[in-house]
Amino acid sequence: MATEKPPWWKTDFGPPKYDLFLPEVIKKNYGKWAYHEVIRPGVIKRVAESGDVVYTVRFGTPRLISIYTVRELCDIADKYCDGYLRWTSRHNVEFILTDESKIDDLIKEVEEKVGFPCGGTWDTPRGKYGLTNIIHTQGWVHCHTPAIDASGIVKAIMDELYEYFVDMKLPGLCRISLACCANMCGAVHASDISLVGIHRTPPLVDDDAVRRMCELPTTAASCPNAAIRVNAKKKTVEVDGEKCMYCGNCYTMCPGMPLFDPENDGAAILCGGKVSDARHPPELSKVVVPWVPNEPPRWPGIVEYIKKIFMAWANNAKKHERMIEFIERIGWERFFELAGLEFSWHLIDDFRVPPFMYASYRVGTQFRW
Amino acid sequence: MSETPLLDQIPDGPWPSFVKEIRKTAELQEKAIKEGKEIKMPGCARAVLKQLERSYEDKKTHWKHGGIVSVVGYGGGVIGRYSDLGDELPEVHHFHTIRVNMPAGWFYSTKALRQLMDVWEKWGSGLLNMHGSTGDIILLGTRSEYLQPAFEDMMKMDPPFDIGGSGSDLRTPSCCMGPALCEFACFDTLDLCYDLTMEYQNELHRPMWPYKFKFKISGCPNDCVAAKARSDFAIIGTWKGDIQIDQEAVKEYAEWMDIEEEVVKLCPTGAISYDAEKKEIKIDNSNCVRCMHCINKMPKALKPGKERGATICIGAKAPCVEGAIIGWVAVPFIPADELKDRVKEIVEPLWDWWDDEGKFRERIGEFLWRMGMGKFLRVIGQEPDVRMIKHPRTNPFMYFEEKELRPSKVVEELKKRGIKFKSLEREEEEE
Repeated sequence: MATEKPPWWKTDFGPPKYDLFLPEVIKKNYGKWAYHEVIRPGVIKRVAESGDVVYTVRFGTPRLISIYTVRELCDIADKYCDGYLRWTSRHNVEFILTDESKIDDLIKEVEEKVGFPCGGTWDTPRGKYGLTNIIHTQGWVHCHTPAIDASGIVKAIMDELYEYFVDMKLPGLCRISLACCANMCGAVHASDISLVGIHRTPPLVDDDAVRRMCELPTTAASCPNAAIRVNAKKKTVEVDGEKCMYCGNCYTMCPGMPLFDPENDGAAILCGGKVSDARHPPELSKVVVPWVPNEPPRWPGIVEYIKKIFMAWANNAKKHERMIEFIERIGWERFFELAGLEFSWHLIDDFRVPPFMYASYRVGTQFRW
Repeated sequence: MSETPLLDQIPDGPWPSFVKEIRKTAELQEKAIKEGKEIKMPGCARAVLKQLERSYEDKKTHWKHGGIVSVVGYGGGVIGRYSDLGDELPEVHHFHTIRVNMPAGWFYSTKALRQLMDVWEKWGSGLLNMHGSTGDIILLGTRSEYLQPAFEDMMKMDPPFDIGGSGSDLRTPSCCMGPALCEFACFDTLDLCYDLTMEYQNELHRPMWPYKFKFKISGCPNDCVAAKARSDFAIIGTWKGDIQIDQEAVKEYAEWMDIEEEVVKLCPTGAISYDAEKKEIKIDNSNCVRCMHCINKMPKALKPGKERGATICIGAKAPCVEGAIIGWVAVPFIPADELKDRVKEIVEPLWDWWDDEGKFRERIGEFLWRMGMGKFLRVIGQEPDVRMIKHPRTNPFMYFEEKELRPSKVVEELKKRGIKFKSLEREEEEE
């Protein structure tokens, strides 16, 4: 059915080209930066080969923001930065200044008018590190599969760790991330500290919804543990409660497989992952706390665990050491001790893929006591 | 008495509060309506708060599976979302998401951002994420009938903004700030990201594959966009040849830095030595693994080598279904000036193969485990390289292709019986 399209109509035109949005000083020095230094928390001085200097001033945001806040940020960018601004990969907003004398006024204006704190930087040459923002997902604000909220937990944790965002007094980089279910939109599986929402009970099959909305073979096939059987007679599926590991993949496929249990959903806490290659190669995060319940609105249990893990590292790591480097130096047994964590059977891998399981088992007799 | 006693406790504490952002949206929207502005989703920010308060009471989500919603000509980029409290809170009964393809590196002009905010003030909730996990601008919440006009207003912007990916399609490619602001960038990440995004608009907008596919691009091994952990196809800047040293700048650092302790001793391969008298460093580049530690420590003194390019890592993904994976090396090095062409030459046959033989909801990483690296390398035309592994296999259960076998009576007999030998060729190509 061909309908007449207006002259401005188009599809597949793609995003605006990035160079439309680069301030003149960046266009001029594109690819010709010489070095950078962090002159104070939140402010990075970048020097070009041409001798030009820019200052990027970074502020933490809550990720979920208002169009009216974006307009306020635009007003400030118009006033100080010739109408340009950028966001970082971790929900921070950055202003690019050429005039060093305006930094204080800019910071004051953003903090007072918008309420976003300046910080989130680290000075590797001097070995002074700040904490940056927590990457996170939608949670109860806008997602249909979460086991935990996202923004509320992040707020509670960042309130507790705020002093480390606005300062640079940590021994190394620490990336904290949160994903509200195992689908893990935030891909938090390679972070120094991460939280992932988990369910602990199998889906409560809604036979009627399965019949109305789901394809039986696809629903059964969606289970990585072969825990779902088709019951052709009843035109529904059945779940083997001993095999199900509550991943929620079937619910993503079929609305008739809800696995929410407010009393049993919660967060697993992982640590020791990283993506940078600096010193130690990239590493997956490992589960250190199997489950903490949902305790809105301030999640005291989660915050306490995060603080314990974070401080065990912050107080004992050597300069530049990230979580995994620290743990590998002192050993997992000492880490559990220092962080005051309990080691339980849940933390020994028994997911069905043998190479993963085996890779995490210790061979030999090298222990710390 | 407040309608949201639990959420009222959120703004406590110094970190910026998302609840405050939602409240601010509600208040300023009401003000805008009084001033005569056209706003299609009045009252929805307050309804979001009410629904969230209910989640805080019940400790569960109140959003439901979405049906199929989209804009004309597109299959992805819009995510249907409905409230299970729709009768009580009609303002958020439909509350769909529009993913907007961000500019590479997340650089914006205020002129463009203001226009986008105007669109979302009129047609949507006034709430958004800067940015979603994949990197898109996430416009949170509108009704089905406003999706199309909202997108049409985005088309009319100067410059226009297009929709990003969702579902089983190419997700919006993203990259670090690269050469725009960073001296470590080993190639032009923004240019490559834009080029791939434009080349694959059809793949981005029309879900067609077994599952999603993500490109992420980082200019150096520090990997500020976490491409190695989050993308099926990670392009990570690196270099060959010698790290460039400015010994004068080394001397400056030596004034206050303990180079022996913090640079030499932390080099993972012991490839650096320091002459404390001359205040000069020496690097055994043949033993350097290009981890970036020394360059991060002394950005003024050390630079990546001049022969620059990228490593392709393949297969990263989050836990569902077979467990979380960090991408592994598929191509150790592609020179910077060949990247645009080579990436396409590698990814297109890979997509074709996965599209033919991948299972529903099987990511590339899981698919390659099932099919084997040997076949994968044949498909993408890449020679095996010892840099792809940590160590060779520990078991002797290797496959051999027929052409690798010596002619023998046993081979003839097996063939006569119809026994097939391992083949790295794709099946359809044999026929």
